[in-house]
Amino acid sequence: MSSAPRKSVLSVKDLHVSYGAISAVKGISFEIFAGEIVSLIGANGAGKTTTLRAISGLLPCRGEILLNGRPTSSIAPYNLVTHGLVHSPEGRGIFLNLTVEENLKLGAYRRKDTQDLPREMEHCFELFPRLKERLKASAGTLSGGEQQMLSISRALLSKPQVLMLDEPSLGLAPRIVQQIFQIVQKLNSEGITILLVEQNARMALKVSHRAYVLETGKVRVSGEGRVLLADPQIQAAYLGH
Amino acid sequence: MEEFLQHIINGLNLGAGYALIALGYTMVYGILQMINFAHSEVYMIGAFSAFYGSRFFNLTEHPGWGSFFAALALAIVACSSLGLLIERFAYRPLRNSPKTNALITAIGVSLFLQFSGQVVFGADPKLFPSVLEDYALWTYGNVQLRLFDVTILSVACVAMLLLNFFIQRTRVGTAMRAVSFSFRSATLMGINVNTIIMVTFIVGSALAGVGSVLLGLKYSKIDPLMGTLIGLKAFVAAVLGGIGNLPGAVVGGLLMGLSEEMVVAYLSSTYRDALAFGLLIFILLVKPSGLFGQSKVEKV
Ligand SMILES: Nc1ncnc2c1ncn2[C@@H]1O[C@H](COP(=O)(O)OP(=O)(O)O)[C@@H](O)[C@H]1O
Ligand SMILES: [Mg+2]
Repeated sequence: MSSAPRKSVLSVKDLHVSYGAISAVKGISFEIFAGEIVSLIGANGAGKTTTLRAISGLLPCRGEILLNGRPTSSIAPYNLVTHGLVHSPEGRGIFLNLTVEENLKLGAYRRKDTQDLPREMEHCFELFPRLKERLKASAGTLSGGEQQMLSISRALLSKPQVLMLDEPSLGLAPRIVQQIFQIVQKLNSEGITILLVEQNARMALKVSHRAYVLETGKVRVSGEGRVLLADPQIQAAYLGH
Repeated sequence: MEEFLQHIINGLNLGAGYALIALGYTMVYGILQMINFAHSEVYMIGAFSAFYGSRFFNLTEHPGWGSFFAALALAIVACSSLGLLIERFAYRPLRNSPKTNALITAIGVSLFLQFSGQVVFGADPKLFPSVLEDYALWTYGNVQLRLFDVTILSVACVAMLLLNFFIQRTRVGTAMRAVSFSFRSATLMGINVNTIIMVTFIVGSALAGVGSVLLGLKYSKIDPLMGTLIGLKAFVAAVLGGIGNLPGAVVGGLLMGLSEEMVVAYLSSTYRDALAFGLLIFILLVKPSGLFGQSKVEKV
């Protein structure tokens, strides 16, 4: 990557999160610059989801989280989306009691510039034509893959500056996984900074500029995606060699 | 047969009242999974604010639609404000504590309002103000369809249609359904969950206010403990329809009103109130999720 000064969009410093007596995140620090795809990878239970939840203000935490230089502790969690931080959560966070269309519109719940919305929805349908067919259907009737498409589309309608995706490939057929990762890259090329959480480390490292490997609540190594991909230790531990 | 028709009319009136109150129970339950036991006292306060408001504004001097809607507005404003206060100061501080704490608090608020009512309004029953004059619109043999009957049914209908429009078609209504599904996911959409919960209490309490004026017209006696039995029956109606389910609350309310009327007419008025308890026990044993409730598993 270029050595020009880069703008830090999201900066996490010495983050600690616990669930009661269980400490899930033990002093994680990382930084994301404008225009990057950064992934957090690591085994199940490493603390990836917990980290994203803490960033979104859904869990109490210690440490500092800066969004465009501003501490997120000074922003109510429900206002983060208006500051450009958008989170497609683990489990996809779809409202199964609403229709697909209502779910999509909730993505734009806080937007003032709603005149662009129809065009942006069309853009989502270009990415995921299936959603257009299911627009009036109850979201509860969607397959896992369709729910994932809905979750990503809905997040896009929030107009993210930083998009956090928690395991977008989980439980999907290989063909759809490919498609999801292609879309992640496409969105990035359209200017969205992406924080990607994945257990599918190989795919994640391939598309990421940089990555952090989490182990039991701590960052074990970090580096450029393709460097980590070639690292024998990483290969042994996370890529199944 | 004529007699039966008359009982249907009466039962529907009573049922419409139960339905309006049941909607408040079911809305709050749908969002907070909590039974707002103070809702019956919100209903009682609605009747008393119409009573004192009518006196203050001399509404009974010129009975008619103006006075009726003024009384309705008074009850709605009083109930919404009270519902809002109860949520803000009694329930919200307990939002993250175990459900039993909120439940006990709800019962406490309910008792507090009942006894405060007795102190402030006096324990003696009062007559609901005649803000509207009743007369027979249509007579067929012994069957009468009176102005109050039509008023009660149409106002209840309009209130329910407005509610349905609000919940299904508006931005805030959609947010309300989203919050009822998951606080966390709703927050990620930028929805202020506290605001939506406040709106839920305001709307649910307003419906109890509407119910208090409609039933006040028809049954005329009001007292500080009037909420207990009606509240219980409306609650049973909500459980019957499947608590958390809005159309269920309406159907449950109407069934409750109709069956109470029929029990009194064809069995004995002794069983009037036993019906609700019997029904509650029966539902809990046979189908706790109610007529329309699906035992849904919510993922967070
Ligand atoms: N709601 C919870 N209550 C208690 N412990 C939790 C909860 N969620 C996660 N944990 C624990 O926190 C640790 C990190 O979990 P998580 O952040 O979900 O990991 P990952 O997303 O990397 O799989 C795990 O040990 C997990 O058991
Ligand atoms: Mg996870």
